[in-house]
Amino acid sequence: MSQVTVMERTPHIAKPFVASAAPAASDGSRIGFENVSVTYGALTVLHSFTLTVNPGEIVALIGPSGSGKTTALRAVAGFVRPSGGRILIGDRDVTHLAPYDRKIGMVVQNYALFPHMRVEENVAFGLRAHGAAEDVIKKRVPECLAMVGMSTYAKRYPRELSGGQQQRVAIARALAPKPQVLLLDEPLSALDAQIRRSMLDELAKLHRDLPNLTVLYVTHDQSEALTLANHIGIMRDGKLKAFGGSQSLFRHPPNRFAAEFLGRANLLPVTDVQPLDEQMAKVRFGDVTLSARNHHGLARGSDCLVCVRPHDFRFSRASEPNSISGTVLSVQWQGDVHNITFDAGGETVRMTSAPMANPPRIGEIIAVHFDAAEVTLVPEDASHG
Amino acid sequence: MLVWSKPWRIATWAVAVPLFLIIYGLPIGVIVLASFSGQWNDILPSNMTLVHYSKAFRSDSFDALKASLLTGVIASGAALVCGTWAALALRNFKTMPKRVLDLLFFIPSAVPSVSVGLALLVAFSQPPFLLNGTTWIVLIAHFVLISAFTYGNVTAGLARIPVDCEQVAESLGARPFYRLRRVTLPLLLPYLVAAFSLSFALSMGELGATVMIYPPGWVTLPVRIFALSDRGAIFDAATMATILGVGTLIVLAILSKVSNRAAVR
Repeated sequence: MSQVTVMERTPHIAKPFVASAAPAASDGSRIGFENVSVTYGALTVLHSFTLTVNPGEIVALIGPSGSGKTTALRAVAGFVRPSGGRILIGDRDVTHLAPYDRKIGMVVQNYALFPHMRVEENVAFGLRAHGAAEDVIKKRVPECLAMVGMSTYAKRYPRELSGGQQQRVAIARALAPKPQVLLLDEPLSALDAQIRRSMLDELAKLHRDLPNLTVLYVTHDQSEALTLANHIGIMRDGKLKAFGGSQSLFRHPPNRFAAEFLGRANLLPVTDVQPLDEQMAKVRFGDVTLSARNHHGLARGSDCLVCVRPHDFRFSRASEPNSISGTVLSVQWQGDVHNITFDAGGETVRMTSAPMANPPRIGEIIAVHFDAAEVTLVPEDASHG
Repeated sequence: MLVWSKPWRIATWAVAVPLFLIIYGLPIGVIVLASFSGQWNDILPSNMTLVHYSKAFRSDSFDALKASLLTGVIASGAALVCGTWAALALRNFKTMPKRVLDLLFFIPSAVPSVSVGLALLVAFSQPPFLLNGTTWIVLIAHFVLISAFTYGNVTAGLARIPVDCEQVAESLGARPFYRLRRVTLPLLLPYLVAAFSLSFALSMGELGATVMIYPPGWVTLPVRIFALSDRGAIFDAATMATILGVGTLIVLAILSKVSNRAAVR
């Protein structure tokens, strides 16, 4: 069994992240980055980047603008030449191969359909470029168009399609030559929210239909990553700051940056970690004692952060365990939820709740609690500003 | 609209339209009228006739029209091929070498055409490069004078082609020549047509260099017009000028239609 193994580079964690993922397909579709660096003049945009995407997996790279996630993807595609390290597709070292020899499919944000070709010609492009026989093309193009629900649009030009339709065609075009890996570079960013949601469902379905396809998905939208990806890598400043299974990374972020970027967690500074057993620990938040998961094995007596997602808070009485109280700063109704911020011991805390008929008023003192099993202690990230 | 008040807008139009008609319309109108004139002793011409046109399509003037069209097409075609090649080749050059080569390409467009004509005359009047007195020297002069514009147009077009399209084509397995043939050149087509149109129009009107180097057997239309007006045959010169203008406009209109069709796709 191969494993996804990425060394975390924050100073607090010595052990590597290990997320097991059973390879579902042949090793020929594995994507491997081995200490890949990319520099532009004096500027290094990717620092010794190491990551393995196992066959049949979807791995999402997320991070703020300039974090290097698109550079990493473009390095796999061959449009960025690494200044160091190796890139592997399967067992092939493709670091110095031209893009047309890499056997990849690529979908970009603005679709990049060829405007002078009809939809069917766009989809056939890769097959023709590979010298496929005409009868193969005639069979494969309708298959791919059917896969993305675009069969009836075969004769249209890209300008006659909506954004969502164009992106479907772009996906069909990328899949037509049966690539080993599919690279998706913010494929849904140019679509409006409603179409984006439906395209996300379609991409998930597509991967269920093509379980052997290895996908590297670059996005700045955490909900896309959480919906689609088996594993997520969080990048900042050209480095992989965190990597793990989607749920694991969301529930137990390894550092402050990961916790804030993925799900906008509340990070309350706590002191004096007292491990209760291998799983749980007690900490002090001001005068209050809280319990939380000690997933990262923080040492007794250390200071750290407790990561509480906004939806993990429940209104309570102050006497309940894991309860904190604070003064309401703002209340916003957003249809399906109420967003409330309150001040607890000088920390601004966000919580969400189901819509309430009588929400708390600004200035009111409220008490909330959380389930200790749902929250995690996170080491302070020294590199975080 | 810069002028919002209606009276001022009317006043602006009242000044601009006559000014435009005097500066642009009057010379063209006079040339066209003169081409149909048998006599012009008063404010307007008299004895209107088509005899100048019938002469134009029978005499040396017709050969001049053919020479101009052939020169325009051949020189523009060659400039288009070379300018496109150069623009594609220099596209991935780093800033400094590209600037130097850009400068080299644009020098002929900055030098007066008479100087280019004289330079070619001197350069190609001695063996082993003895082209003086041949059609080649005219074609070379036109090529040198228009290639900068072709290169400039194609370079501007290349800058506007979405890089993603070409990169996606490569990721789909398209090798460089296949990508060039199936993606880059079709996307560039409107700019290629525009480059050819501009080059053709410039070549059709070129006089400064041509008048210094043309051989007796390859007299272009501008040279013929110059010669006719020089010896006082104004009506014939006006007829040739009208034919030159209309001929060029027809070719440009056809090219514009091709360009629009390519751009819509």
